[in-house]
Amino acid sequence: MLLRLEPRGEHSRLWTYASPLLALALTVVTAAIIFSVLGKDPLQSLYVYLISPLTSTTGLPELFVKAAPLILIGVGLSLGFRANVWNIGAEGQYTLGAIFAAGLALSYPDAPAILLMPAMMVLGILGGMAWAAIPAYLRTRWNANEILTSLMLTYVAQLLLIYLVTGPWRDPEGYGFPQTALFSSNATPPMLVEGTRVHLGVLAAFLVAIIGWIVLTRSVIGFQLRVLGQAPRAARFAGFSQSRLIWLSLMVGGGLAGLAGMFEVAGPVGQLTPSISPGYGFTAIIVAFLGRLHPIGVIFGGLILALSYLGGEAAQIDLRMPNAVTGIFQGILLFFLLACDVLILYRLRGPKPAAAGGA
Amino acid sequence: MDQVIIVSFVLSVMTASTPLLLAATGELVTEKSGVLNLGVEGMMLVGAIVGFATTVHTGSSLLGVLAALLAGMAMSLIFAILTLTFLANQVATGLALTIFGTGLSALVGASYVGTAVEALPRVLFGQDALVYLALVTLFVVAWFLRRSHRGLVLRAIGDSHDAAHAIGYPVILIRYLATLFGGAMCGLAGAYMSLAYATSWAENMTAGRGWIAVALVVFATWRPIWLLVGAYLFGGIMYGSLAIQAAGAINLFGYPLVVPSQLVSALPYLATIVVLVVISRDRARIRLNAPACLGRPFHAAG
Repeated sequence: MLLRLEPRGEHSRLWTYASPLLALALTVVTAAIIFSVLGKDPLQSLYVYLISPLTSTTGLPELFVKAAPLILIGVGLSLGFRANVWNIGAEGQYTLGAIFAAGLALSYPDAPAILLMPAMMVLGILGGMAWAAIPAYLRTRWNANEILTSLMLTYVAQLLLIYLVTGPWRDPEGYGFPQTALFSSNATPPMLVEGTRVHLGVLAAFLVAIIGWIVLTRSVIGFQLRVLGQAPRAARFAGFSQSRLIWLSLMVGGGLAGLAGMFEVAGPVGQLTPSISPGYGFTAIIVAFLGRLHPIGVIFGGLILALSYLGGEAAQIDLRMPNAVTGIFQGILLFFLLACDVLILYRLRGPKPAAAGGA
Repeated sequence: MDQVIIVSFVLSVMTASTPLLLAATGELVTEKSGVLNLGVEGMMLVGAIVGFATTVHTGSSLLGVLAALLAGMAMSLIFAILTLTFLANQVATGLALTIFGTGLSALVGASYVGTAVEALPRVLFGQDALVYLALVTLFVVAWFLRRSHRGLVLRAIGDSHDAAHAIGYPVILIRYLATLFGGAMCGLAGAYMSLAYATSWAENMTAGRGWIAVALVVFATWRPIWLLVGAYLFGGIMYGSLAIQAAGAINLFGYPLVVPSQLVSALPYLATIVVLVVISRDRARIRLNAPACLGRPFHAAG
């Protein structure tokens, strides 16, 4: 081989932070190539994708609205991923949070907002936690792999959502569309900025990221999570309870995903429909990695991936490109990120000198 | 009359289980070499659309199947380069492969929605060649892993890459080959979905079958013959769930029991969870049979 990997023997701090930037740059270059293969002007397409969504007056606020669920879910996932707890069913936990909160919003539309809003938040968190408790129980009690169980439950959650909006919760005045009635204004989170869709959930997302940062770096639990992920044997010898940390990771991840689902249906969507998520639960996995599994990094990761959603919508309108392009770019970004991360532990070297070669 | 019903039931179950069997056989070989590729769903989707598009344009289902096989391999090559050469985390890379494959297949497939192709030609007992290829491949793989020297080398690499490396076996090369084989089989599984099972393309048409195939490998505790049992069990559950939906109600001791179709659709996913729990709770058995180096990156020192 032309290039070799040589262990650094330590974590490179520089590459921990440079790797996402390099990955982003490589993704943009690849995107330009894909645009030209599809017969579009690459520079103009990149402009439509990356710049134009931010130039309109609603652009920046919309970016924060789209980033809020990604940040909420991403913070929860990053804590779990650090402990090697692979909760990839956040999409399902998001859906359950939305369903639980919607149940309350539809039952008591006239309750005062001051009571209804906090109650919906609690129910959203509980819904997500309930769905995440299943893989947590199955993993800690019966040793079942949480990747597969949490993912299977995502399919079940989607079917439950479809059952509700086409069956018992369908709006009788909805002309037969599979959707519930619109939530009352009391069940809608207050807007933070006049004339935009920036709702309470955006503030919640930033608060959660800051709290997550403090927990991770300043608390014993955060320390235990980091040790469990980096040195499971050391964690065992130190007597950290593995099942307690698995439960904790899944409860935090599920609860935050549920909260994200609650804010999304109560805020920007305003009702339950079969399409309450453009894959936030899966995209948040990329957000967590891009943010270096660090709650503050997740904020930046969330904003960048939110731009990919807005760019995808703009490209759909301006360039007549299918929305699926967004998924491709998100996948490519994660590919490059994972490849660039090799530089954190290894350095690239040229071929070995001929004398030492041959091996 | 009853005989006709039984035969048609068996044939339908075979049809439903073939994509699971193809994909799970490939994933089994990959995992036996110590590589955990969770991108099965993404590779199947890309295989499905590439096979479908090729068949539409060339009119030849044989070319379509071959193209799907190559597409699955190309997808698994991305995975292999990232995890085996760049030592990336295998779980995360597998997820990336599924996200990428879902997007790519939807983009390519957008213009094929609503198009239909002729089903794969039937060769024996009203089943097409892929059904039999799945069975033959499984038995060849079972023989290869258990009885052949190369199979032993592959298992050794999966169980202890350091020891295999010390003896002088090319760990990375063999893992590349095992991963590419897994990708090819997932491509075939996808082709079966779009060219035989449905004879059309729809976004996300595999509907979690790739993930169920990954679960089947655990269910079989990495033993090929049990894969056959698992695939037919799940094929049966999937066929049963379709049959109940078609009938609209379950006949419960003479009383029709109407069940929401969504609950019936959820059966294969719920069954997957149940089966995983039943198998995994025996920790010793899992530890005994799982490749010891599954998911662990290998970097030759020096």
